[in-house]
Amino acid sequence: MTLLAVERIKLFSTRSPWWCMLLALGLTVGITAIIAGNWNEGPMPVLGAVFAHTFGLYVVMVMAALAVTTEYRFGTIKATFQAVPDRISPMVAKAAVVTALAALVGLAAGFGSWGLSWLLAGDTSQLALESANDWRHVAGVGLVYGAGALLALGVGALVRQTAGAVSIILVFALVLESVVGLIPNIGDDIQKWMPFTVASKFIMGDPDQGGMPADAGPPTVGALSPWGSFGYFVAIAVAMFVISLVVVKRRDA
Amino acid sequence: MIEAIGLTKRYGNTVAVDDLSFTVEPGRVTGFLGPNGAGKSTTMRMILGLDRPSAGKVLIDGKPYAKLDRPLRTVGALLDAKWVHPNRSARAHLQWLAKSNGIPQRRVDEVLDVVGLTKVAKRRAGGFSLGMSQRLGIAGALLGDPKVLLFDEPVNGLDPEGILWIRRFMQGLAAEGRTVLVSSHLLSEMALTAQDLVVIGRGKLISQSTTTEFVERSTENTVRVRSPHADKLGAMLVDKGFTVREDGEGVLIVSGATSDQVGEVAAGGGLVLHELSPQRGSLEEAFMQLTGDSVEYHAETGK
Repeated sequence: MTLLAVERIKLFSTRSPWWCMLLALGLTVGITAIIAGNWNEGPMPVLGAVFAHTFGLYVVMVMAALAVTTEYRFGTIKATFQAVPDRISPMVAKAAVVTALAALVGLAAGFGSWGLSWLLAGDTSQLALESANDWRHVAGVGLVYGAGALLALGVGALVRQTAGAVSIILVFALVLESVVGLIPNIGDDIQKWMPFTVASKFIMGDPDQGGMPADAGPPTVGALSPWGSFGYFVAIAVAMFVISLVVVKRRDA
Repeated sequence: MIEAIGLTKRYGNTVAVDDLSFTVEPGRVTGFLGPNGAGKSTTMRMILGLDRPSAGKVLIDGKPYAKLDRPLRTVGALLDAKWVHPNRSARAHLQWLAKSNGIPQRRVDEVLDVVGLTKVAKRRAGGFSLGMSQRLGIAGALLGDPKVLLFDEPVNGLDPEGILWIRRFMQGLAAEGRTVLVSSHLLSEMALTAQDLVVIGRGKLISQSTTTEFVERSTENTVRVRSPHADKLGAMLVDKGFTVREDGEGVLIVSGATSDQVGEVAAGGGLVLHELSPQRGSLEEAFMQLTGDSVEYHAETGK
């Protein structure tokens, strides 16, 4: 518990996490507002209210990566390991604090987007959260942000440099996952298993996508069910984090 | 007490620390002396468990650092004053450190007061001058009221006032019975601060002794004599088993003899002396001589 408080003090006594959280919320909700305000194709579906969630996800992942890379950048990681030499417990505490915070931002972004759509969309007859699927579309944003933060934290701890970690995360999520689909024959099959593609299926996946225009939003492909997709994304995040723990434990601080 | 036993650190083919063994006793300031690149910082990081030794071990009161419970209460260290997030306030920096080792928050204000940073405690540490950063680092080292303290080059870049403050401060800590290890590449500074010296060069132990012993042993005491009968006097001194070398017209430098002995030899031969003066080698020269072969990066001198 003490270490959770330590990581909380560390995170909130600098400014960049606040900026990242504001930006994640602002981007997601702001873009959703534009979408909602311009929705002319009949009633706005719940999916339409959350498909901007990926913008906030990237920002939240940058925040999580920064939480560990700045410690390396400024040498405070050495002070941390001096204070708690087993190294694993402060890293786990950091992951707990950052993941929980990211999930809260995700919930705020999901419900904020949905609420704003309710206010701005012309026809809200489809926006009510009536089924389990509807709730997953909106509340799921919190879960995906949390898992994404854990993944980014692992990458940050492995790479140790802000620029490196942020480029890896953004290039992978924004470029690599789409480019992979262009590889002849096997591209589509690989893409189905790419972590961010799978994660967006958890949010967007729906047996009935009738309300959405065909080319809107991220692809919802993959062999797994929506919740299976989430499990897969979490498994990748946990694996990355555990690998980073092993490396951090062995490496000279 | 700190005990290093066969401590070794290799990076690829480079050996940064080579089979280093020494002890640091409580109640004294021990200087950890060596040229830049001798392996002082690497050794200190190994003492704190930050770097893993390739071989050997280092114990603090009989335990490796990682086995200490709430280590900041046993060992305080200032390895680099810049290990602070620049946008975090001095107080917030000390608060998280204190929290991590169950140190009460009022101790934060105490140590801020000890190092004289109370007034700037809420300012961001990134705006601190070097001297202030150094004081913040010392405050962090003192948080847990530790028995063992490590300081890596604490006076680097400080003004004379700051240097004097740190020197007195470390001596005060040792007088309270604590173990204090201070690294430096300046022998003259250590001669004023430390009672014991551990001297290393290229990662190897060169000597461990008291500072007085080290200075006496390593500075060559010679006697300079000027005499119109220099040749004759030289021959007589060599007969007595002293080492003599000429240093210009009619001047001899005698090693291994006191000025009394040289005077007596001259009187015995009835020789006139124009000058008889004991010479003391400088500390820096002695240090250079000792570590000369072990400096990693030589600068081309002269020619």
